[in-house]
Amino acid sequence: MHRDLTAVYFTWKRELIRFFRARSRIIGSLGMPFFFLAVLGSGLNGAITLPGSSGNYMQFIFPGILGMVLMSGSISSGIMVIFDRQFGFLKETLVAPVSRPSIIFGKSLGGSTTALIQGMLMLVIATFLGVSINLAVVPAAVLLMVLIAMGFVSLGLVIASLVEDMHGFQLIMNFLVFPMFFLSGALFPLDNAPQIVRMISYIDPLTYGVEALRFLFLGSSSIPIAVSAGVLSVFMVGGTLLAAYLFNKIES
Amino acid sequence: MLEEKCDPPPKGKAGENGPFTIETTDLTKRFDQLTAVDSVSIKVNEGEIFGLLGPNGAGKTTLISMLVTMKKPNSGSAFVNGYDVTKNPGEVRNSIGIVFQDPSLDEELTAYENLELHAAMYGIEAKDRKREITSVIKIVDLEDRLNDVVKTFSGGMRRRLEIARGLLHCPKVLFLDEPTLGLDPQTRSSIWDAIRKMKKEKKVTIVLTTHYLEEADALCDRVAIIDHGKIVALDRSETLKNSLGGDIIVIESTDTARLETAFKTLPYAVGIKSLDGKITLKVSNGERKIPELLEVARKEGVEVKAVSLHKPTLDDVFLHYTGRAIREEGVSGKDSMKFRMRAFRARRN
Ligand SMILES: Nc1ncnc2c1ncn2[C@@H]1O[C@H](COP(=O)(O)OP(=O)(O)OP(=O)(O)O)[C@@H](O)[C@H]1O
Ligand SMILES: [Mg+2]
Repeated sequence: MHRDLTAVYFTWKRELIRFFRARSRIIGSLGMPFFFLAVLGSGLNGAITLPGSSGNYMQFIFPGILGMVLMSGSISSGIMVIFDRQFGFLKETLVAPVSRPSIIFGKSLGGSTTALIQGMLMLVIATFLGVSINLAVVPAAVLLMVLIAMGFVSLGLVIASLVEDMHGFQLIMNFLVFPMFFLSGALFPLDNAPQIVRMISYIDPLTYGVEALRFLFLGSSSIPIAVSAGVLSVFMVGGTLLAAYLFNKIES
Repeated sequence: MLEEKCDPPPKGKAGENGPFTIETTDLTKRFDQLTAVDSVSIKVNEGEIFGLLGPNGAGKTTLISMLVTMKKPNSGSAFVNGYDVTKNPGEVRNSIGIVFQDPSLDEELTAYENLELHAAMYGIEAKDRKREITSVIKIVDLEDRLNDVVKTFSGGMRRRLEIARGLLHCPKVLFLDEPTLGLDPQTRSSIWDAIRKMKKEKKVTIVLTTHYLEEADALCDRVAIIDHGKIVALDRSETLKNSLGGDIIVIESTDTARLETAFKTLPYAVGIKSLDGKITLKVSNGERKIPELLEVARKEGVEVKAVSLHKPTLDDVFLHYTGRAIREEGVSGKDSMKFRMRAFRARRN
């Protein structure tokens, strides 16, 4: 038990060390969201009026952009396991006399911590761009961000357990991450979207993340907060269990 | 070095599989058509250094992978420290340490961070970690690079760090997959010393694979020669080498015939032949026999012009045990060239 807690801690610590050592990656990962928020947000601010909201488009897409930061940050940290395999470090992890679930849990915590840091940076950037944020909701937002991130870290881990090499990596980034972002309603209100888009968006876990963040920051959302919080919890728990199961089966 | 901390985990239920630290029965691993490990049955005694010697692709790494629970056998059984590798992988992992053949460091971390992570995972208490890390890093002579990121290390330095990591905790069984491949001679000998010390002071059972007969010779109590997944010979390395008839000594002298007659009276010299003013003979422990042979020559009043000593190599032992030697010697120079190239590549990669 003691050994497993140590394993969780050190796995978490490793993720953090690697994160802070790759500063260029942090800047890179915030570049795209910054671009979306700054250009789309301010460019379309006057052109688009949204029913039901205060009419500020930047304010409206901000939770969506935050969701994107959390998702891409945490999926890629889960997917790092592919790199661990490529560079051989995974072997060292797999023969260690600690339980595999403790490794998964450490990675999940590590990935969500780094995603949370990126999310907080995004909050700061957004404030500078003119998004107004109610400081009172920040503590709840942190919890929500961790929940979202843990779900997506395990999605990354699941993918890494199934995909053998790095070639699959770019493919997944292009065919999973970007569609998930665009279909999540991050950039448009789901209420007005065509039926078919709406149906697809309901199977996209990011939709619930964005909706929950929107509820917190804007005070209203198309999907009731109880529903989105529930779906996110199921996604997190189910994803983590599945990741632990698949990780247990990995042969070098 | 390595003092105090060593507390190997207890042995599993004895009696479940007899007194051996490792015991495999008809252990087999197939990849599609290829049988990488073919019905291997070995028994390794507690506290011995056991060598696995074989050419590239012989199945050494695959065999070890099964013993350390990284790959599942297709058939047969294996017990490590009394635990079944398929039924009880957790307990097996608790009993072992391994230095992999392929790289297995986190390159983004420093040497210290890599070692600390390992120490923590293997249950070394926080207060002891620093001391243990300092002591193993000295063995591999990397003290001054301790806080550098591994990315900046040379290949040999990475290898040394991996070995330090392997020595960090004190397992019941330590697996070393080609531990000294690509290392310079000084480092190699200090690592040999560290391995001997593990065995002597901590009674760690060690399984090591190698291409080098001299390494097997210097370290191993017993050696198994493996080829195409099968054990073709298993014995003490002395015995294996002597089964080749020992070291080959070639002596060039002024009176070959006279020397030949004299040498034939020596009980330990076999296979004496003379050709072109040179005498070839086989003895064990060649380097110790040379002075005696020279003394014989002096007494006979024969002047010795040159002496050379040839130790049996993996090529010799391998060729001998796989029976391919006979074909190669007489028939095809190309084959033997190919074999030497392979052995050469094996040494480099
Ligand atoms: N994952 C794998 N898939 C398919 N074949 C494999 C796999 N791993 C090993 N093999 C094959 O099994 C055989 C034994 O390989 P192994 O790595 O055990 O050899 P080895 O004795 O360790 O060789 P070396 O001295 O080169 O390290 C080889 O023919 C190799 O091609
Ligand atoms: Mg090998």
